[in-house]
Amino acid sequence: MAEKRQALVEAGQIERLIEVLHRRGYEVVGPTVREAAIVYDRVEKLADLPVGWTDEQEAGSYRLKRREDGALFGYVVGPQSWKKYLHPADVRLFSAQRQGETFRILSNPDPPPPGRYAFLCVRACELAAIAVQDRVLLHDRYRDPIYQGRRDGIFIVAVNCTQSAATCFCTSMGTGPRAHAGFDLALTELVGPDHHRILIEVGSEVGAEVLAELEHFEASDDVEREAEQAVGRARSQIQRRMDTTGIRDLLYSNFDHPRWDDVAQRCLACANCTMVCPTCFCTTVEEVSDVTGDHAERWRRWDSCFTQSFSYIHGGSVRSSAKSRYRQWMTHKLASWIDQFGSSGCVGCGRCITWCPVGIDITGEVGAIRGATASAGENDHGNT
Amino acid sequence: MATLPTDPMVPDPYRVGQVWKETSDTFTLALEPADGAACSGFSPGQFSMLYVFGVGELPISISGDPEDPGRLIYTVRSVGQATHALVSRKPGEMVGVRGPFGGCWPLAEARGKDVVLVAGGLGLAPLRPAIYQVLRHREDYGRLIVLYGGRSPRDLLYRKELAAWARQPDTQVLSTVDYGGLSWRGHVGVVTSLFRYVRLQPARTVAMLCGPEIMMRFVTRELESCGVQAPDIYLSMERNMKCAVGFCGHCQYGPYFICKDGPVFPYSKVRSLLEKHEI
Repeated sequence: MAEKRQALVEAGQIERLIEVLHRRGYEVVGPTVREAAIVYDRVEKLADLPVGWTDEQEAGSYRLKRREDGALFGYVVGPQSWKKYLHPADVRLFSAQRQGETFRILSNPDPPPPGRYAFLCVRACELAAIAVQDRVLLHDRYRDPIYQGRRDGIFIVAVNCTQSAATCFCTSMGTGPRAHAGFDLALTELVGPDHHRILIEVGSEVGAEVLAELEHFEASDDVEREAEQAVGRARSQIQRRMDTTGIRDLLYSNFDHPRWDDVAQRCLACANCTMVCPTCFCTTVEEVSDVTGDHAERWRRWDSCFTQSFSYIHGGSVRSSAKSRYRQWMTHKLASWIDQFGSSGCVGCGRCITWCPVGIDITGEVGAIRGATASAGENDHGNT
Repeated sequence: MATLPTDPMVPDPYRVGQVWKETSDTFTLALEPADGAACSGFSPGQFSMLYVFGVGELPISISGDPEDPGRLIYTVRSVGQATHALVSRKPGEMVGVRGPFGGCWPLAEARGKDVVLVAGGLGLAPLRPAIYQVLRHREDYGRLIVLYGGRSPRDLLYRKELAAWARQPDTQVLSTVDYGGLSWRGHVGVVTSLFRYVRLQPARTVAMLCGPEIMMRFVTRELESCGVQAPDIYLSMERNMKCAVGFCGHCQYGPYFICKDGPVFPYSKVRSLLEKHEI
């Protein structure tokens, strides 16, 4: 590799990074503030990023707050994940046109965007989530051509977390807060009283080419140490824990645990957790016709195991109770996922905790089933 | 098996060749490739996704003869909007077909053994290809025993064929119904009650079951009490299904996806799941 594996840039060079990625034909998407939350959308310039914002998260609670230091990446994950782009919520599979007594199938799935995506600000837990969805949608018996068309050739700018939210538990799932692989560039933001710089780690050849186009300096040992400390700060802030020891067998052998009745008293079966989860991949397919009835389309849409219709077969739904649906979601995420795809389906991002309207906490539910007092002693928000 | 199209979610066009009325609400459709393309082959126990324009798509087991090339045969009960639309197709009309999907009945493993098929209601349809296969290769198998339970005599599928199969050598076909009516001279009762009329040789028996889960649970008990071992018992399972290729998540059954890990499972794999309510 022509470039060194690490280099230092002034924070303002992120403007240039966005320009370089555009010039290389990427559609740059990244965090931006919309409707009081940090969501992913097109990023044209540095000012589109949530500069000087941070987030406060708790079970069932999310608030944006101003921060003093003008940090570019001083927040963690919001309600959306990158599956918004790679595994979109609505995508046309094909359409069909009536022709007299018959019809013609037009194989015209929604095309991927004309440019490749460059994802700016992918957290370590989200890199893990993308790897999980890759396994499900690209490396199983069948391959999803829609996901593949969007996934191929993306450029990933990871950002190492230098702070965590109260709902984060990536350290329990072994996914963060530092990105180790699966990126083209990984940034660590260093904000001091008299400096605002970014340490950039190169993860690929094309990443090195992009870095070469930025005004960069050699990173001293001091800078590397400062970056290490910044990531260490995020790590030490993480309070939530999930004990994953033998979790597959734990959940398989506790199908009848009374905790499922307990959580069912609180769960609204609203499906929020599955919508915000970066690995939940379930979909349904809907038939959409125009008013003449001569044109029909098949649309694939995100679906959720929390809906009554999800498990419907003639005669009724297999999982008619909220209890069985919560149990299915959590058991799938943490246990059967391991049998199906060789890893946990949970990356510890904490979204399902934050965005649960009643604050159900997956780490607390696991703790309760394990029979231990909920981990960290304070994160069982079960009865709030 | 047919090669997969580039996009596993896009169906191939087929035309309805023939339609047979089986019962008051159940029809059998023969589908032929619409564009002169080769008809996809299948193995007994597999299913397809059938698409009706403007209505939707359904997972339907293939009920025809795997060695009858040129057409695919499905038996469908009209229970909702989509199944009603499907059975209402007239000859010449078009239906989209994806598949075949899933694994098959263990006909290779059953060679040299007695084959016991136990069906409930529409469950006879996915087993019919296995019956055809055994009868075509009669010398490869021991006895063929078909035990079939239906709601009433009018609800029994393939009645002429049942009678014809019963006349084959080394073949025993027994049907029973829940409600017989005045003209019924056959058995009345649940399908497990038929076991008293057959003498199983458990060490050389492979059993294949398809029907409502509760029926299959009781039949597995009966088979085990006759000495048939769990690995020699196979069940075809059913769940909601939207994609048939493992992406939609609907058909999950414990650690399995019924579409790609099933629909046929050895009893030893699903025994503990069958006992779990709402799994």
